[in-house]
Amino acid sequence: MEAVFLTFILMLSIFLGFELINKVPATLHTPLMSGANAISGITVVGAISLAGTGQHDMAQWLGAAAVALATINVVGGYMVTDRMLAMFKKRGK
Amino acid sequence: MGATGLAIQLAFVVAAALFIFGLKLLGSAATARKGNLLSAVGMLLAIVAALIDQGIVEFQWILVGMVVGGVIGAATARLVQMTSMPEMVALFNGFGGMASLLVGAAALGAGDSNTFILVTIVLSILIGGLTFTGSLVAYGKLSEKIGSGAVTFSGQQIVNSLLVLAILASAVMFCLQPENSQWLYAIIALSLLFGIMAVIPIGGADMPVVISLLNSYSGLAACAAGFAINNNILIVAGSLVGASGIILTQIMCKAMNRSLSNVLFSGFGSVSSAETVVEGEIKPISVEDAFYVLEAATSVAIVPGYGMAVAQAQHVVKELCELLEENGCEVNFGIHPVAGRMPGHMNVLLAEADVPYDQLLEMDEINPRMETVDVAIVIGANDVVNPAAREVESSPIYGMPVINVDKARTVFVLKRSMASGFAGIENPLFYKENTRMLFGDAKESIGGLIREFS
Repeated sequence: MEAVFLTFILMLSIFLGFELINKVPATLHTPLMSGANAISGITVVGAISLAGTGQHDMAQWLGAAAVALATINVVGGYMVTDRMLAMFKKRGK
Repeated sequence: MGATGLAIQLAFVVAAALFIFGLKLLGSAATARKGNLLSAVGMLLAIVAALIDQGIVEFQWILVGMVVGGVIGAATARLVQMTSMPEMVALFNGFGGMASLLVGAAALGAGDSNTFILVTIVLSILIGGLTFTGSLVAYGKLSEKIGSGAVTFSGQQIVNSLLVLAILASAVMFCLQPENSQWLYAIIALSLLFGIMAVIPIGGADMPVVISLLNSYSGLAACAAGFAINNNILIVAGSLVGASGIILTQIMCKAMNRSLSNVLFSGFGSVSSAETVVEGEIKPISVEDAFYVLEAATSVAIVPGYGMAVAQAQHVVKELCELLEENGCEVNFGIHPVAGRMPGHMNVLLAEADVPYDQLLEMDEINPRMETVDVAIVIGANDVVNPAAREVESSPIYGMPVINVDKARTVFVLKRSMASGFAGIENPLFYKENTRMLFGDAKESIGGLIREFS
C-alpha cells in the first residue's frame, strides 16, 4: 500500500509542477532552472538521515558525501538565483 | 509515530507548500525574488526537520558535509560570471545527480529491502549516475574544456543499445540477488558510462535542450531516492523539478522545430546539409556609415545570440541602447527561445547590463512589429535569424520559428567573419538586399558606434 500511496503523491506533484511551470515567462527561464536546481538539492534531507546513523559504516560515509554535494546545490542554487533575480528591473526604475 | 515524528512530517508538508508557492511566484518578474526566498525558507525548514529526527545520533559528519558544501556553493554562486551560467547550472545538476546516486546506494544497507525498494534504488542510482557524468560532459562542452562539437562514430547506436541491455540485465540480477554487491557496482559503472555516451553525440548548439533535460533528471533522481528511503518531501520536490525540466525541454525542442529524439540521437553535424543556392552579394558597412543610418532611425530592434555572450558585449549594447533612446529612437530587444546556451540565457545577460525586462520581447511579440522597424541589429546570432527556415524547404532548419529580422528596413549583422555558424548552415540573410555586414568583434564594433555618437 505504501508504494501506491507514494506513487499517488508522485503523480499529483508532477501535474502540479506542469501547471505551475507553464506560467513562467521565457524571460525567467534561467532563474527558474537554477531555482529548480536548488530545490533538487532536497536530496540533502535523505542524505542527513543516512549520515547521522553513528554506525561508521559505508552507508554513513556515502551519506556524508551526499550531504556535501546536495548542500552545494541548495546553497549555490538559491544564492545564484537570488543574484540573478535582483538584476531584473522594470523600465524607469 | 511519536510527537517528533509527527512534527517532522508536518514540517515537510509546510516545506512542500512553500516550494509550490515559491514556484508560483516565479511566474512574474515582479514577484520572482520573493518566490525564490520562500522556496529557500521551505528548504531550511525541511533540513531542520530532518536534523531533529531521533534516528540521528551523530552530527559531526553532517556538519562537515554541510560546511564543505555550503562554502563551495556560496563561493561559486558569488563568483560565477553571468556568461558562465550554463556551465554552472550543468555542474550543479551533476552534483544533485551524484547526491541521489549516493543516497540510493546508501539506502541499500539502511532499510528493509523488498522488490519495490530495490527497483527504486536501481532507478536512483541509474538516473543519478547518468545525470552526473552527462552533466560533467555538458559542463566540459559549455566551458569549452572539451570540444563542443558532436562526437559520433560508426556503430554508436549499437554500442548504446548494448549498454542499455547491460544495464537492464544488471538491474534484474541486482533485484534477484541484492546481497551480491557486484551487481550494484555494475549498475553504478554502467550508468556513469551511459551518461557520457548519451551526451557526447550532442553538439554545442543543442545544449539548451540537454541542460533542460539533465535538470529534469536531477529532479527525477531525487524523486527515485525519495521512494528508496520512503520520504514524501523528496518525491514532491523531485517531481516538481522533474516537471520543470521537461517543460523547458519541450519549449526548447519546439523552438528548434526538432523532436526530442532527433536532438538526442542524431548529432547536429550529421544532418545532411542541403545545397542552397544563395543569390546576391555580401555588402559590408563601416562603423561610420552604420552610425549615420542609426542616427536617422526612429525604431531599432536588437537581436542578440550566443556571440554577444562570448564577446561579453552586453554592457556596451546597453550603452548604445541608451544613446539611441536619447536620440529619440525606440529600442527593443528580440529574444529567441534558443538564443544562447540555456533557456533564458540572453535575458539574464541583458538584465545584468541593466536593460529593463519589459524591453525584452519574445519572438512572437517582436515578429509582428518587424516591418515597422528601421534597423534590426543582429549581434552574434545566426541560425535563429536565418530566413531559410521560412523560405528554403530543403534547408535542415526549415520550419524552425525564427526572428524575421530580414523584414526590417535595414539589417546590420555584427559578425567576426564569414565563417558559417555552428550548424554549418548557409544563411541567406547575409546576402539580402537590405542587409549590411559589420565585421569585427561585436564589443569593438559597438564601442565604435558609441564613440561616433558622443
